[in-house]
Amino acid sequence: MNGWAELDRFLHTDPQDVGCDKAMAMLHVYVELVAQEAGAEQRYPGIAAHLRACGPCSEDFEGLLAAVCGQLD
Amino acid sequence: MDEISATRACLDAESGEWLRVLTCGGAEQEAAVGRLHGLLLRIARNEVRRRGVQLRVTGPELDDLAYQAAADALLAITSKIGEFRGESRFTTWAYKFVILEVSVKVGRHFWRRCPAVPFEGADWERLPDRFGFDPARESEWRDLLAALRRAVQEKLTERQRRIFVAIVLNGVPLDALVLQLGSNRNAIYKTMFEARRKLRAALVANGYVDSDLSRRS
Repeated sequence: MNGWAELDRFLHTDPQDVGCDKAMAMLHVYVELVAQEAGAEQRYPGIAAHLRACGPCSEDFEGLLAAVCGQLD
Repeated sequence: MDEISATRACLDAESGEWLRVLTCGGAEQEAAVGRLHGLLLRIARNEVRRRGVQLRVTGPELDDLAYQAAADALLAITSKIGEFRGESRFTTWAYKFVILEVSVKVGRHFWRRCPAVPFEGADWERLPDRFGFDPARESEWRDLLAALRRAVQEKLTERQRRIFVAIVLNGVPLDALVLQLGSNRNAIYKTMFEARRKLRAALVANGYVDSDLSRRS
């Protein structure tokens, strides 16, 4: 990714973004929908927008998804 | 019917059983708590290993962090079990606690290991590298980044500027900054969100980028 694209990504703010607290409150529900490919982004667009922009919450999402998927193996 | 029994009635079988054994008392509950701790510890170990690259720790220190996260998560889960509403499987809800505990401990670990990382004082020379601008093509981005720097200095509040500098220029992880400022992740994120919005608006207003933020040719 070049500098322009990275700066673009960094400065972009999505009005749907729900913030960390609301995203984390529903993370367990969101992760199960993702794991089941059950339309998580469509059902929770505000959480999807947040996870695209927030590094720490995205890291938690990846960790929980890995835990849940590992459990399903 | 109490609240936990009412929740249990509409759960999948496995989650219902977890809820039953974790609240039944006696030796059965004790055994269930032990099993849950084992599961949490396994998840915590996997998670600290997954994040190991950014932690730059290995061996006993990594395992100690996993133990602490699992123990704290277990405590939180058993004290909040009445708040489980069955919106997901019980284990998914429980694993969230241990993942978040790992997150907090990673932030603390950074803070303890790297106390010298500056929260104040902006190293503007890092800005091009932070966004991956090619030094060989400096003539193409020099004015844009100068405008960004001006916007940081003129458009942001003192708090917004301080947080921008710490995270973007000095590379302080957001969770470590939370500890440093005695704040919380949501508050820091919201501050950065507003700062990003202002910086974008300033660059658009001065013609450095289009409103969709694509590069002006």
